[in-house]
Amino acid sequence: MEAATTHHQAEPPARKRVLDLLARATRTDMETVFNALVTKPNHERLRGPETGLVMVRGRMGGGGAAFNLGEATVTRATIRFTDGTVGHSYRLGTDKRAAELAAIFDALWQQDSTHQLVEDKLLKPVEEKLSAEQTKRAAQTAATKVEFFTMVRGED
Amino acid sequence: MQIHETSLTGGFTNPVLDSQNVFRTVMNCMAQPGTIGEVAMGVEPPAPLGAAAGAVMLTLCDHDTAVWLGPHLLTPGITGWLGFHCGAPLTKEKTEAKFAFAHHKAPLPSLMSFAQGTLEYPDRSTTLVIEVEALDGGPTLELKGPGIRTTALLSPKGLPEHVLKQWAKNGQIFPQGVDVILTAGHRLAALPRTCKISLKEA
Amino acid sequence: MYVAVKGGETAIANAHRLLADRRRGDRNLPAITIEQLIEQLGLGVDRVMAEASLFDRSLAALALKQSRGDMIEAIFLLRAYRTTLPRFGTSKPVETGSMQVERRVSATYKDLPGGQLLGPTFDYTHRLLDPSLLEDGMVDQAVERPGTPDHVMRVSDILDGEGLIEPDGEMPEDHVAGDLTREPMEFPMQRDLRLQALARGDEGFLLALAYSTQRGYGRTHPFVGEIRMGLVEVELEVPELGFTVSLGEIRVTECQMVNQFKGSAKAPPQFTRGYGLVFGQSERKAMAMSLVDRALRADEFGEDRLAPAQDEEFVISHCDNVQATGFVEHLKLPHYVDFQAELDLVRRMRARHAAEMNRDIDKEAAE
Repeated sequence: MEAATTHHQAEPPARKRVLDLLARATRTDMETVFNALVTKPNHERLRGPETGLVMVRGRMGGGGAAFNLGEATVTRATIRFTDGTVGHSYRLGTDKRAAELAAIFDALWQQDSTHQLVEDKLLKPVEEKLSAEQTKRAAQTAATKVEFFTMVRGED
Repeated sequence: MQIHETSLTGGFTNPVLDSQNVFRTVMNCMAQPGTIGEVAMGVEPPAPLGAAAGAVMLTLCDHDTAVWLGPHLLTPGITGWLGFHCGAPLTKEKTEAKFAFAHHKAPLPSLMSFAQGTLEYPDRSTTLVIEVEALDGGPTLELKGPGIRTTALLSPKGLPEHVLKQWAKNGQIFPQGVDVILTAGHRLAALPRTCKISLKEA
Repeated sequence: MYVAVKGGETAIANAHRLLADRRRGDRNLPAITIEQLIEQLGLGVDRVMAEASLFDRSLAALALKQSRGDMIEAIFLLRAYRTTLPRFGTSKPVETGSMQVERRVSATYKDLPGGQLLGPTFDYTHRLLDPSLLEDGMVDQAVERPGTPDHVMRVSDILDGEGLIEPDGEMPEDHVAGDLTREPMEFPMQRDLRLQALARGDEGFLLALAYSTQRGYGRTHPFVGEIRMGLVEVELEVPELGFTVSLGEIRVTECQMVNQFKGSAKAPPQFTRGYGLVFGQSERKAMAMSLVDRALRADEFGEDRLAPAQDEEFVISHCDNVQATGFVEHLKLPHYVDFQAELDLVRRMRARHAAEMNRDIDKEAAE
């Protein structure tokens, strides 16, 4: 397929990191940064924000053939700025405003003028918060690790 | 892989109401063969997919309906549009297709080559959506069958010849067989499998 | 005979209003919030999600509040809600091997890579009611032990290294995972469909069946190879982007049950396996599921199917509590016409019976 006419077209891995983080940013995280924007972007909605389902799969035995475990709610949005930059978002849950904001930030990240701002004000803080949460969870779990010791048995 | 720009635009403005509206139009045309329905809302699928065909696609196709596209419609713009707006998987196997979209500018495979449904599940046959030149101005067809009091007339222009030739056979395998939706620009008409068609003498 | 079934609108409207009133209860108490349910009755919320087969903690909590705590009613509400939504796609299979583990225990190995991680468990509590919870007292923060966590290796991989255990479970190359929400059920059923049915099956029903296998009804001699609970990523291939997007994390519980080994002409004796995977934190359900999964594989291992837990049609057809409650509870709806017919029938039978008795008496008298 032909390349899209979006600016600052990034290789998938870089943009994937952006979408992954925007799926985890809270609505408040994004609303705060959005409200602080000096010039608010004009966007039109190409699709959504809309809520639907994704069938979540597991693997039999943990690593074998796939089976359908159950569904999860997902909300997605696709928006376009007047200059043609397109932003997408996919997030677990039913928060439509959050999905729309995430799509807007995806588009802002692609634009030269706002790229760094999105990185510094939104993506990096979210990344740090997620990492801190993960570290804390792991440390709490680690504290429940069983340290076995062997009792000394009879003399013989 | 990146998606074609035209694939992102031209969907329903109001997906819920618009798709209900189109569904009702298709249902009426199916229930009363010979009726010509019109898709009034601003659906703009990538060319050469017509507005009515595009509206039918948006209304009826989704993640669970495999779609077959005829050679003239198999363009990156249309496949991208189908993926983005409907989430429908594309199939090359005609017998796996729940819906098939064809254009009069390319040859249409035999009706029998599509899914015919089973006796247990006759609904599992393919619904063909064929873009013709126009829904009038062609040879006049006389329609009979359920939903038609006596006879109804329809004069599609550019309907592939073998559709008429194979139609009787399609009717013989009832309850199996395909249903057809004819589209031309913003207009559409339906030929359900129960419809009997004969060419009206001029 | 025809019996009028119209009417009752006012009664129904008033009943619903009464229900709302009772649900709210004493107005002097603050209304319970969705956040409170998620935070403080989280395992109840998880159970609703698992059996509704819909991962969404907020909606599950809402359903639980709306149903006044009636689990099956809440599950029903969530199932009804999901039917209103379009499906965007199918995720890549979640990788439980790279789970952010919050609990992991094994009953088969004491010292294993990653260790025994108890996590937030009821095990080893004394099951004594705790009066301190009557008050909103201070609760200590959890203890943290910093450091890089070890990789938590799968127990099945340890046994697999020696070839002592069957592989994870394969299907033919071109097999597409079946979906019982899309296609009608047919028996015999493939294992992928059975696992889907069990994952959304009623915890109580599966628990009872699992228990029956331990008591001798389809004995498989199980060991918990491993239970793990934690967060896994949900990844979706997005066509308009051309790459996979990670939509967020969900919490799941997985159980690998290790069972006895018969072996066959084709395979030497080796451990067999049952598998359980459930939305949320739900160890009992994951364990029960893995026991029932193994019992239902009787045919694969040439075992006689004698016990209820091995009867695929029986287990799968009856494990869904929404279906079950629908059919059982429909009995309370008006059956006036049916019952009139039965009344009529029993009256006629009695009349005939009485006539026959009288005839017999007359006959005896005549003799």
